[in-house]
Amino acid sequence: MSSTDWPLWEVFVRSRRGLSHTHAGSLHAPDAEMALRNARDLYTRRAEGVSVWVVPSTAITASSPDEKDPFFASAADKPYRHPTFYTIPDGVKHL
Amino acid sequence: MATTVEAGGVREAAFDAAVAADERIEPRDWMPDAYRATLVRQIAQHAHSEIIGIQPEANWITRAPSLRRKAILMAKVQDEAGHGLYLYSAAETLGVGRDELLDKLHTGRQKYSSIFNYPTLTWADVGAIGWLVDGAAITNQVPLCRCSYGPYARAMVRICKEESFHQRQGYELLLALSQGTEAQHAMAQDAVDRWWWPSLMMFGPPDDESSHSAQSMAWKIKRHSNDELRQRFVDICVPQAEALGLTLPDPDLVWNEERGHHDFGPIDWDEFREVLRGNGPCNDERIGRRRRAHEDGAWVREAAAAYAAKHGEAKA
Repeated sequence: MSSTDWPLWEVFVRSRRGLSHTHAGSLHAPDAEMALRNARDLYTRRAEGVSVWVVPSTAITASSPDEKDPFFASAADKPYRHPTFYTIPDGVKHL
Repeated sequence: MATTVEAGGVREAAFDAAVAADERIEPRDWMPDAYRATLVRQIAQHAHSEIIGIQPEANWITRAPSLRRKAILMAKVQDEAGHGLYLYSAAETLGVGRDELLDKLHTGRQKYSSIFNYPTLTWADVGAIGWLVDGAAITNQVPLCRCSYGPYARAMVRICKEESFHQRQGYELLLALSQGTEAQHAMAQDAVDRWWWPSLMMFGPPDDESSHSAQSMAWKIKRHSNDELRQRFVDICVPQAEALGLTLPDPDLVWNEERGHHDFGPIDWDEFREVLRGNGPCNDERIGRRRRAHEDGAWVREAAAAYAAKHGEAKA
């Protein structure tokens, strides 16, 4: 069995307590336990993490770039969702 | 047919616009075939260089002069292996397989940096590699952090952060030798004499002979020309060599007030081409060792796979 038969795993690292896990990269490993150990050696050699997640890449469902425009378009034309959309008189505080 | 061509044109325009706007191209984006092929070639060569580059340094792990130096060298070698893995992962996002890449390395169909075909004859070579070879690599790699292909740029950010330690430990090692006994100083000077010119060759052929440069710059894979980066490296190294108390082996090396740069002597490109062609001092040794390591590790990979299969976790 060659390494390409090993599944690809995506690695997420929490850099310190209080922060979310962030995508660090990917690696091949035969199972979840080996993926975790490899992820520790590959992505946290300098104490970059306090917690690691590994997720089989095949388990991720991604939006396709081809549908980028329609998929995200509805958020782009709603500036009223941002506080800066509203005009408030000068001098009004705590708003 | 007409609509296909038209759709292709629209996608190509979107790609060109993204590159022009300094946006990053990501794996699932449409990209020209030649862009993909260029990246696969470059990232694979880069990954291969990282793992082949382990060999000349690992040669000295068992003979490091102190426990401190040994621990440092092992950490550096582990980093090089890690850098190889970051880069193989980046290459794989372009649709090539890990085994395919390793196979191409083992059969000579993809290259690695020629610098690793030179031998490490003395302990001082470990210092010269850190200072000069890693220094040249950093000069090349820092602009790659802004490469137009996202996964490659992200791998380079990680690598550049880690390379800084590699360069500094080499410099410190050379400084210790240079300030040591007469014999140690001579050993340091000899290592610098042997590694200086091959390090300058790491930037690749002169601009007017570099076959891939113009297109790579247009695609923003590459940000500076070979000669520009080489000049930058020479200018950086001259004062560093002075501080080391060592000389660079080039009688033509002189500050040019008018250019605001150092002039330096001609590079022996015949030597470069010979090493590239496979006739360097260690070409066969490096590839032979790599192949053996891969074959000798087969049982470990098989055992891990068998264990995973038995426990029903592998979901290939």
